[in-house]
Amino acid sequence: MSLIDKDTLLFHGADWDFGAIQGVYDAVEQIAVGEMGLDVYPNQIEVITAEQMLDAYASIGMPLFYKHWSFGKRFATHEAGYRQGLMGLAYEIVINSNPCISYIMEENTATMQTLVIAHAAFGHNHFFKNNYLFKEWTDADGILDYLEFAKSYIARCEERYGQSAVEKVIDAAHALMSHGVHRYPRKKRPDLRSEERRERERQIHQEQTFNDLWRTVPSKSGVAKPALSDDRRRALLELPQENILYFLEKSAPRLQPWQREILRIVRQIAQYFYPQRQTKVMNEGCATYCHYRIMTRLHETRQISDGAFLEFLQSHTNVTRQPEYDDPHYGGINPYALGFGMMQDIERICTQPTAEDRLWFPDIAGCDDTMGVLRGVWANYRDESFISQFLSPHLMRQWRMFHLVDDPDRPELVIEAIHDERGYRRLRRALSRQYDVGWSDPDIQVVDVDLTGDRRLILHHNVLNRTLLHKDDAQRVLQMIANLWGYDVLLKEVEATTGAIFQEHVAHPHETLF
Amino acid sequence: MYIIDRRLNPGGKSLANRQRFLRRAKAQIQRAVRQTAGDRDITDLERGGEVSIPADGVREPSFRRSGEGGVHDHILPGNKRFVEGDTIDRPPGGGGGGSSAGTSGEGEDDFRFALSREEFLDLFLEDLELPDLAKRRLATVEVQGMRRAGYSVSGSPVNLALLRSMRNAMSRRIAMRRPKPSELLKLEEEIELLEKEGESEQLLELRQKLERLRLRTRKFPYIDPFDLRYRRFEPVSRPVAQAVMFCLMDVSGSMTEHMKDLAKRFYMLLYIFLTRRYKHVEIVFIRHTHEAKEVDEDTFFHSPETGGTVVSSALREMQRIVAERYPPENWNIYAAQASDGDNSPNDGATSAALLRDVILPACQYYAYLEVGSDHDRMQAGFINHKTALWQTYETLQEDGASIAMRKVNHRREIYPVFRELFRRRDAEARVP
Repeated sequence: MSLIDKDTLLFHGADWDFGAIQGVYDAVEQIAVGEMGLDVYPNQIEVITAEQMLDAYASIGMPLFYKHWSFGKRFATHEAGYRQGLMGLAYEIVINSNPCISYIMEENTATMQTLVIAHAAFGHNHFFKNNYLFKEWTDADGILDYLEFAKSYIARCEERYGQSAVEKVIDAAHALMSHGVHRYPRKKRPDLRSEERRERERQIHQEQTFNDLWRTVPSKSGVAKPALSDDRRRALLELPQENILYFLEKSAPRLQPWQREILRIVRQIAQYFYPQRQTKVMNEGCATYCHYRIMTRLHETRQISDGAFLEFLQSHTNVTRQPEYDDPHYGGINPYALGFGMMQDIERICTQPTAEDRLWFPDIAGCDDTMGVLRGVWANYRDESFISQFLSPHLMRQWRMFHLVDDPDRPELVIEAIHDERGYRRLRRALSRQYDVGWSDPDIQVVDVDLTGDRRLILHHNVLNRTLLHKDDAQRVLQMIANLWGYDVLLKEVEATTGAIFQEHVAHPHETLF
Repeated sequence: MYIIDRRLNPGGKSLANRQRFLRRAKAQIQRAVRQTAGDRDITDLERGGEVSIPADGVREPSFRRSGEGGVHDHILPGNKRFVEGDTIDRPPGGGGGGSSAGTSGEGEDDFRFALSREEFLDLFLEDLELPDLAKRRLATVEVQGMRRAGYSVSGSPVNLALLRSMRNAMSRRIAMRRPKPSELLKLEEEIELLEKEGESEQLLELRQKLERLRLRTRKFPYIDPFDLRYRRFEPVSRPVAQAVMFCLMDVSGSMTEHMKDLAKRFYMLLYIFLTRRYKHVEIVFIRHTHEAKEVDEDTFFHSPETGGTVVSSALREMQRIVAERYPPENWNIYAAQASDGDNSPNDGATSAALLRDVILPACQYYAYLEVGSDHDRMQAGFINHKTALWQTYETLQEDGASIAMRKVNHRREIYPVFRELFRRRDAEARVP
């Protein structure tokens, strides 16, 4: 042990300074880019304090955000939890932007900083840059500028229209955030940089073309417009529409331009976060696999000491721990554990396949190009497709997974499938389905409205598995929709296959919003 | 790669959001704060701390599935004994199967978070104010403190002003033409070069010059005790407002636990309120039966005592303590008396005189709180029963003495009464 040439170590003990961070970064980069072939955005590493970390938590990790009470509420909860010691803080936060910003805490030890750099600045960063969902839906170049615009725009609105008026719109928009994303690619790629310009140009155009005389032009009377057919009317409004925020922004008859713009801002931000919700397992799996591999290599090349490596292993195993279902600590499947387990499993299949693996994964078994396979996986899948494609029987056995069905019509809970030959495929399908946001979010669509008639907005919730909406919440959100829409809103909960209606909610607008 | 140190960036980025949140939930937080206040000790109350409000008011609703009803699938790790087709009895208490179900009822939970001391007290004491003291001089006390006052040539090493000392040293070195190390080095090199060529006159000259310069270097040290400067501090006296609060309570047999509790709550509020206004607040507890005694807080509230009731004994004790320890010209004196209203019949006049001539002139504020038991209220409704002490004080009040008097029967009346006593007077009262 004493023969180790001390000079190869990147740091000694727990303390670090900026020189050490730079050294660590270079060493990590050499492994990540040189050996693993990761492709990353340029990195920007920012050192922050615990208090600043709490601040960042409150605004969903973004460095700047518009002001809203809900962020204050989040801050208060986190702070209370942190102070009582109920909750530790994350070691890092990483932002999908170009350059990729990672926040690291000043309290971390040198080992933790190394781990964080490997995890966030390379693992997550590679995933952000290469995964197809992020490429499709997010604009890493523009996001920071856009947030800046959003913040100042909302601040200007507050000055002009009053805080409470703005707050009401944001409240409503936040409530609909999960139903404010486009799930299918549209013609135009997101381009957040042009958003601000677009808004300004629209404003100028409006001011230039404003002419009060139009108000005085008498409307044609007596000539009834030919009534549109129902289908035509719906087609004009792009109905049915599952992006409720988009529909309200474009079609709500009584909204002011600035209210529409706020809806748009919230919608853009929801869209930006949409891929993250769909790739939790993969994203964390990718980052965890990367840091594990990088740290191991650093140890092998004697750039970190045995003590540092043990410290790393301790926190690594904490993160990737999966309690069993009957454990009091069980809180669902840990995405870090599942992601990391699957990545390692893929490595095993590539390098030491069994006969079973060759049968299940003929394309990759024994190909020996682990990183090539993994890079392909990280680029082309999301959680749902990843699990349904790559969860191996070996891992299911190792985790001893089983599928439990809770059907209120049956007196008992039933074990539908376990980790055996008959169950592998069903188990895998059931698990992958749980990661499909299209499946886990209630499917609510705007189906019809007659703008020339009573303007009552009709929404359908296509009920899945007979699970209805949380009644109280649904009523509240519906009230907010009604306030934005300006007329009555009706929500029907409909059985998707039979068309039977389970329940109806109605809301009437409060006049106060206008 | 860039590393940016953000640690020195101004903190409190969430402050604006936090204030918005507090404002939004203000009514509920205020209620929670006042409730919390009931459960705490007098001095404990001002620490701020955790409050919990019903989550309902700050709920962020969204369309989500309810946890009840419908078919739910669970994929769970850690199978030990199940095979396909096994059935399990439902866990008692709900339709949720597995351990992950049944957590969706979060809406009913309370929302807990911590308020800072300032936030807590601001909400607690909102729109209260000390009574109008325009006619009274606000007595102040001088407190000694230290203040920076330039530099001195002597002092302790910890106060050494490094920058200033080094600057002095440098200017001295320049003024005295102390040779720079680089000059010496250059000369030495030159000599070395010449030495290779052999002895010459120039070499000799240079050697002498070097010798001279070295001598000069030794004569004028790099840093001299003469250069040293120390940061100087001088004592200043600052006026500090300080207050003393006298708690007077009747502890005779007729005072029940309920009444003492009411009194305690009132004192608690008063204490907090005073600490918000004065940097330094002292409390004096005086309890009395037929004789009075200064005691500590615990004894004051909890130790039982029996005997008759002579109010003037407490007033005399207060007079003594004021004279001994709290000269009215230096202290803001507040007094609050709690009693059930009993007083021995022949003591009324003595008490009144003592109060009028001695106590009230010394006090900024004197409050009398008459505590009653819960069922008293009904009687008061139709008989309008006035206690002995109440009558005494009422006469005083009619003569123009400034005594604030209130009657309290129930715990929930304490806070309203307190607010009423200290309510912010409206603008017309303040503007002459």
